[in-house]
Amino acid sequence: MGLSVKDKEIVVPGEELAQGMDYLPSYGTFRDGETIVAGRLGMVSAESRIIKLIPLAGKYLPKTNDTIIGRVFDVTMSGWMIDINSAYSAMLGVKDAVPEFVARGTDLTKYFSFGDYLVTRIINVTSKNFVDLTLKGPGLKKLGEGRIIHVSPHKVPRIIGKQGSMISMIKDSTNCRIVIGQNGIGWVQGEPEDELVAIQAIRKVEDESHTSGLTERIKEFLDRNKRQ
Amino acid sequence: MIKMELRKDGRRFDEMRTIEARAGVVKNADGSALFRIGDTVAYAAVYGPRELYPKFLQDPTKGILRCRYNMMPFSGAGDRVKPGPSRRSTEISLVIEKALLPVLSLEEFPNAVVDVFIDLPQTDAGTRCAGICAASIALADAGIAMKDLVSAVSTGHVNGQVVVDLTYDEESAEGEVADIPVAFMPRTGKLTLLQMDGEIGKEQLMHSLELVRKACRQIYEIQKAALKEKYTFNGESDEE
Amino acid sequence: MRNEKRAHVLRFLEKGLRFDGRKLHELREIKVDYGISKNAEGSVRVCFGNTEILAGVKMSVEKPYPDTPDDGNLIVGAELSPLSSPEFESGPPKSEAIELARVVDRGIRETKAIDTKKLCIDKGEKVWTSTIDLVTINADGNLIDSGALAAIAALRNTTLPHYDGQKVDYKKRTDTPLPIKKIPIAVTIYKIGPYFLVDPTNEEEDLVDARLTVTSSSGRISALQKGGDHPLTIEDVDRMVSLALEKAEELIKYL
Repeated sequence: MGLSVKDKEIVVPGEELAQGMDYLPSYGTFRDGETIVAGRLGMVSAESRIIKLIPLAGKYLPKTNDTIIGRVFDVTMSGWMIDINSAYSAMLGVKDAVPEFVARGTDLTKYFSFGDYLVTRIINVTSKNFVDLTLKGPGLKKLGEGRIIHVSPHKVPRIIGKQGSMISMIKDSTNCRIVIGQNGIGWVQGEPEDELVAIQAIRKVEDESHTSGLTERIKEFLDRNKRQ
Repeated sequence: MIKMELRKDGRRFDEMRTIEARAGVVKNADGSALFRIGDTVAYAAVYGPRELYPKFLQDPTKGILRCRYNMMPFSGAGDRVKPGPSRRSTEISLVIEKALLPVLSLEEFPNAVVDVFIDLPQTDAGTRCAGICAASIALADAGIAMKDLVSAVSTGHVNGQVVVDLTYDEESAEGEVADIPVAFMPRTGKLTLLQMDGEIGKEQLMHSLELVRKACRQIYEIQKAALKEKYTFNGESDEE
Repeated sequence: MRNEKRAHVLRFLEKGLRFDGRKLHELREIKVDYGISKNAEGSVRVCFGNTEILAGVKMSVEKPYPDTPDDGNLIVGAELSPLSSPEFESGPPKSEAIELARVVDRGIRETKAIDTKKLCIDKGEKVWTSTIDLVTINADGNLIDSGALAAIAALRNTTLPHYDGQKVDYKKRTDTPLPIKKIPIAVTIYKIGPYFLVDPTNEEEDLVDARLTVTSSSGRISALQKGGDHPLTIEDVDRMVSLALEKAEELIKYL
């Protein structure tokens, strides 16, 4: 009876997490008789009687109100199909993208074309995994010249930091413009030398995301590499 | 009757060859692994879940799994293996798919596909089992919902001596031989792959399965360790 | 968007920088590991940064081609395995894979890297055939140069299996190496705008205007292949060939 693993332990699918009916299975886990079992790879969170897993790998799972970066891969009659680094693509309708009236049959590539990257917000995720996007809102736009980077969607909260503290620190130190979408696609723009430092700093956060003293180490890294 | 003699390569009858497993060996993939057992080496890479085209292949109730097993042209003992699918590789791809499906929870991803590619650069028997072991690590590494891992190795007998993990030499030995590739879901102890080539009595078959089940438990521990090694962080826990 | 990405990479190149911090003519870290497949008569793993490619050689005894009755045969195959990139699909080889195999083949053949006469067993009847197969494990740019280096490395790693006049016994390996006379090195120079660079990653390769693969041995050119959508001037070729010959000297040190 009791927990079979420690809080914050990394577990693999099929691993026994707890015995007995005192515990309740939550995200990423399931019950098999008396046993609670890991249903995916993840980190155990067992703060109370509720046992769940924090996923460490896997595709981005779209959530309403997430701000994400996507790539236009198809242009239809009524809008744009967007690759959002998830199992499914998303749809950006003309009405959610362009303020003016657009007549039927207009060539939509004059607004956004194949390969364009957009900062968008998810307005709806249906039960059938249809994802609807909007470009209406502060900061939502087509991205211009800059560098697209890919990070693990599971590390995005750490890269952004509490109230954006980590990403602000990187931006301020490198004078770069940076957008990190919740889906793990990011955009960086600055002077080439600065951009390289900014991207290295982001990679460092990603690699060391679960170590302590990270903010301090990133600050040191940025100071060391700061251009005069 | 179990004789305690050693096998040709010095192993005990229930002893597997040296095993090595690593997760995350193909950077481009969503999940990947390398699994080596003796001289048999398998790479596996997972892509997906991703959208499946053409649309008529989609299943609206769940995601589908596609496996491709491929021996590299220079990987086999003897002649070059002609590149491209053969009847053999097509059948093996199918049984690997069926061996992995029972642990996957693909209901979360209707209409999508998970692709598993297995490539073997070097082989010495037991390739489908090595492929399954690698694929199972790669699927977990890709973060896909799974009820368990899958562990696989061959069993059988060589002239009456029941063994696990046959080499090519043992498989092709003179006399009576049976080669039985088996995959288990370690937690529940249920079989997901069972094939056989050769000749065996029922009693010996059941004895083989008992042995191989224990061997699969050992493989499971190695698979688990490979995944934990990739994801366990060097420092202490989260500062926040 | 390609234009915006291109404009961005040009701002880097103008400053002599690459997206991964390298200089324009700087190669990634290169690794060569021999003997990675014991059933092959020769094998190697080559890494250029995150690009990883395997090469294996199988030797067999075949009938020679009628026009070269006393020369050993050479076959080069390449698979862009779907394992190695989300962009590669299963199925028959696409033109990219065929081009890779043919450029590597031409480099070895035209350099006369192998003394093919020494691979003749019975004139007009039996000669050794060397079949090199390339398979990608992780594709992150510059597959031609890494593939060509893997191919020659694998050939140099090859020893003949035993042949009794009737059939090849693959279990018995002799210690006779392949008669390698010369070492072809392929270097591809990539052009983006007015800039020339070597060993691009996938991200950079997508932005390339034109490329030129120069295969050479000890400074003598033995094969060329121009690729990419844009034309090259004579002056471009001059620069590119010089740079390729210079880089070939650097690459050969990894063998």
